[in-house]
Amino acid sequence: MRVSNFIKSVIVGVPVGITFLDIVGYVARVDGISMQPALNPDKTSDDYVFLNRWAVRSQDIQRGEIISLISPKDPELKIIKRVVGLQGDLVVTLGYTRAVVKIPEGHCWVEGDHTGHSMDSNNFGPVSLGLVTAKASHIVWPPSRWQCIKSFIPESRVPLNVSANRTASI
Amino acid sequence: MRPFLAKLIGSVGYIIQYGCMAHCTFEYLGDFVVCTGPSMEPTIYSEDILFAEHLTPKYRKVQRGDIVIAKCPTNPKQFICKRITGLPGDQIKTGFASSEIVPRGHVWLEGDNRSNSSDSRSYGPVPQGLIRSRALFKVWPLNDVSSLKN
Repeated sequence: MRVSNFIKSVIVGVPVGITFLDIVGYVARVDGISMQPALNPDKTSDDYVFLNRWAVRSQDIQRGEIISLISPKDPELKIIKRVVGLQGDLVVTLGYTRAVVKIPEGHCWVEGDHTGHSMDSNNFGPVSLGLVTAKASHIVWPPSRWQCIKSFIPESRVPLNVSANRTASI
Repeated sequence: MRPFLAKLIGSVGYIIQYGCMAHCTFEYLGDFVVCTGPSMEPTIYSEDILFAEHLTPKYRKVQRGDIVIAKCPTNPKQFICKRITGLPGDQIKTGFASSEIVPRGHVWLEGDNRSNSSDSRSYGPVPQGLIRSRALFKVWPLNDVSSLKN
């Protein structure tokens, strides 16, 4: 009797858990140095971030947010990068085949903060928004790093059309 | 009042349980897809219903000739149903004298109705991460129930 009760609660509990992870979000470890200094600032410990799936349910991401996406080069790999440009933006590239890229419809331009040590859009070009899986919203571990992740783009990486508007409004 | 409240909470709990089970089945095993548009004629006509499974794309076992449902690369809210005609490394003829090699982690998708289909010939190779499921059977209309294996 006890065993059958246990099996019953597993059958009910597992789908509820998976659905929660799918819809609300989950915690993942950040590997590598490509997002320094925002994530993994020192080599000795890895950050754990909360990946918010609810925030990207309708694919409305903003410039400056950190997102996780499926790598376009290897579908088994998930990468974590910062959104620099959205569709229609003119982005000055760093070592891509063209110097300035206009982001096509339904795509975005992602970059790691650690310029030169990151496998990002400067390597594989604009990525389709359909590959975006979640938005990194909080650092949850270690406790000393507990914080919300701020949206931010370095002044030099702001897309040309956006920086032009900014100067005009001043 | 008490028993009514308890009943209400109980039935909400059941709805959540069954909703979660349905979510897992449709997200990880298989689901039904209604197709619209002419791009896959004569294999699939508009308004046909397909049964599609999610295991093959999840384990990266898609092959040339499979019909897959994928997110549209230019609009993530829309799904497309096309046939895989090229895997990574394949050379695809894109014009009279031009050709393109499918890059790593991508596939080449084309509709069976080549004259009326917007596919990889217009937006290039599609990342494998966008593939959602592989169509197995046509289940509707009833007089045309059939397997979709090549």
